[in-house]
Amino acid sequence: MTRFWTRLIVLLTVILGVNYVAWRWMASLNWDAWWIAVPLVLAETYSLIDVMLFGLTVWNIKLRKPPPPAPADATVDVFITTYNEPLDLVMTTALAAKDIRWPHSTWILDDGDRPEMRELAESNGIGYVTRGADWTPDMPRHAKAGNLNNALMVTSGEYLLILDADQVPEPDILDKTLGYFNDDKVALVQTPQYFINVPADDPLGSQAPLFYGPIQQGKDGWNAAFFCGSNAILRREALMQLGLVGYVKATEKSVRRALAASRTAIRKARRSPEAGNPLVEQMLNEVEAATESAQKELEARASLSEITYRVRRKVDDAVRTLVAADFSALQSDLEEIAAMELAHVGESGVTTVARDAVDRMSGRDWSPLGALESVHAVLDAISVERTDEAQPIMPLATISVTEDMATAMRLHGLGWRSVYHHEILANGLAPEDVKTMLTQRLRWAQGTMQVLLRENPLVQRRLTWGQRLMYFSTMWTYLSGFAAVVYFAAPIIYLTLGILPVNSISFDFFIRFIPFMVVNQLLFLVAGHGIPTWRGQQYSLALFPTWIKACTTAARNVWFGRPLGFAVTPKARQSGGPSWSLIRPQIIVALLLAVALVVGLIRLLAGMSEPLGTLVNVAWVAFDLVVLSVLVKAVLYKGFVPEVVGPERPEERNADAV
Amino acid sequence: MQFSYEVNDSYAEVKSVGRLNMVAAPKLREVVAEVVAGGSSRVVVNLAETDFMDSSGLGALIGCLKAARQAGGDLRIAGVQPQVKMVLELTNMDRVLTAYPTAEAAFGDD
Repeated sequence: MTRFWTRLIVLLTVILGVNYVAWRWMASLNWDAWWIAVPLVLAETYSLIDVMLFGLTVWNIKLRKPPPPAPADATVDVFITTYNEPLDLVMTTALAAKDIRWPHSTWILDDGDRPEMRELAESNGIGYVTRGADWTPDMPRHAKAGNLNNALMVTSGEYLLILDADQVPEPDILDKTLGYFNDDKVALVQTPQYFINVPADDPLGSQAPLFYGPIQQGKDGWNAAFFCGSNAILRREALMQLGLVGYVKATEKSVRRALAASRTAIRKARRSPEAGNPLVEQMLNEVEAATESAQKELEARASLSEITYRVRRKVDDAVRTLVAADFSALQSDLEEIAAMELAHVGESGVTTVARDAVDRMSGRDWSPLGALESVHAVLDAISVERTDEAQPIMPLATISVTEDMATAMRLHGLGWRSVYHHEILANGLAPEDVKTMLTQRLRWAQGTMQVLLRENPLVQRRLTWGQRLMYFSTMWTYLSGFAAVVYFAAPIIYLTLGILPVNSISFDFFIRFIPFMVVNQLLFLVAGHGIPTWRGQQYSLALFPTWIKACTTAARNVWFGRPLGFAVTPKARQSGGPSWSLIRPQIIVALLLAVALVVGLIRLLAGMSEPLGTLVNVAWVAFDLVVLSVLVKAVLYKGFVPEVVGPERPEERNADAV
Repeated sequence: MQFSYEVNDSYAEVKSVGRLNMVAAPKLREVVAEVVAGGSSRVVVNLAETDFMDSSGLGALIGCLKAARQAGGDLRIAGVQPQVKMVLELTNMDRVLTAYPTAEAAFGDD
């Protein structure tokens, strides 16, 4: 029944929304003030698409029944990822994880490599994993994804429960979720992230009841429930398959690229001063012959291990022969000298030295080829060892600082299914100060934008259209910062300058705008079953500088290889007084809005503007200020103080909903 | 799952019997590391009696391939059974590894 009403309201929202925005484009634009009229109509179009994608999400809400019991022999590794969190916080989680009822092994994945952490883990009978010897300092570490990928290689459970260091699991978390894996195609079961250190009014907007609720349930309906990095169970086989497919793709690409580059590299080497040496010239001929035949084999679909092996073999043999020939000339000189001098250098001594020298000089780094860097690099890249990564198999995606979304998308691309289990089975800690909260939001947004720019879901052919739109929908919401700027600017411009982005504020406007707004809010109300969504709406506008920064830094990172300025979210509260400087742009906007109010009223009294336009824009400014006011509360927030009874948990773990 | 190996003149043969899955994968890595450390970097993994392999097993083979290559040798597979062949194709791993009919044939041309 709810489904019927939800769908009806979605349809109404789309119809009324298109009706309004189409009219805005076609009949209402004030072209004299195009510089604000066009941005405003674009922002409104953005918002319409946003709500349409939300409508599409909740169209298919899936309310799951509890799964059947899991196979009794299912083996599980519980991974607790940590980098720099306080030891007692990690241990609280680890000990709770150890107490999970289903038989399992618990592991602390300590990327901080702290001896005290190891000691604590071992004395409590908990496994301890740090990066292995392959993770040399010159290899990319890939943060949490790297940490998990490393642990996957040294453990062997069929399923993996992944927990952030501050997510304390319930003892029945596995009993409640493993049963979904009876379906052989299920790769992922995600449970909600819920925070126990958040007061009822949630000043920092930590809880995400709309996301861990209708949005994930809706995505689940499209078989696109997201992996959110923690409180999730994954099937090892699916991850390893992802790792293998990724390995083959990366290897084929690097071999192809290296072979394509070899021609240029050799040509360049021939022009270098070293090529004057006949020995080097002959070697270059050999390399050229080897890479040319490798190219032919590649076209003939020979296996990459064979192709790369033969290239290496041919080049090494040729180098060895040539170096040996060179040395034998040298050696006969030496022998002549030895014979003349008849000194302590015996014949055998000379031979030994020479053989040693041939071995050394034939090695990649020592041979004359080693001096020709471009050729050297090409030969190194013609390999199947994936020398640019610490380990060849990297199951969790490393294209983004938020490994979870990209990993889930690739799993879906391989045909695996995911499940959203709507029941709180772990209790986490949310940031307790604005600075940490902002860092965390920035990181999520950056990660999401990296995935959009590197693997745009809309063009992933192996995903269904529903799945593509579910991923795109989440990415789309992070573009809200640009729209927010326009929504703040438009009323300021009207109230201070009298410039209206629309032809006139008339009956035509109200008759289209108001029904759309009403049905829009109704949609959130019905789809969310009355859960509080206002905090989320406030933050999606109020954090506009964060969202914009995420977009620009991610674009610079993906297109120009610039660093993101990435920081691990600190788990402990940052000390110090209220940090107003963190929200300076918002304070400036709020001041401008306030000034606009005053100027607008003066202009009205002076008869310089019409009452209706002023009224609408004053209401708009008031709305903007209420939105921004959440930040005052956030900055003044002094951290969580537990109440005597403790905050009530919503819906008592949603036990009935599942 | 059982692993045994035998070193002959031109290569070392690692026999894998039973299920090469996530439980056996770390063991395979250890055995091959031992063989390579013993000086035989040309390794054939004989899969004639491996009736099941999963992605972790394949992952271990890649790890072993890397170890052998870094020691200047190579790792090859032989005697692939239908299920293993299917897994190789499913993960595109047949683009990387050539499956030789027998252990003797694996280094036959080299």
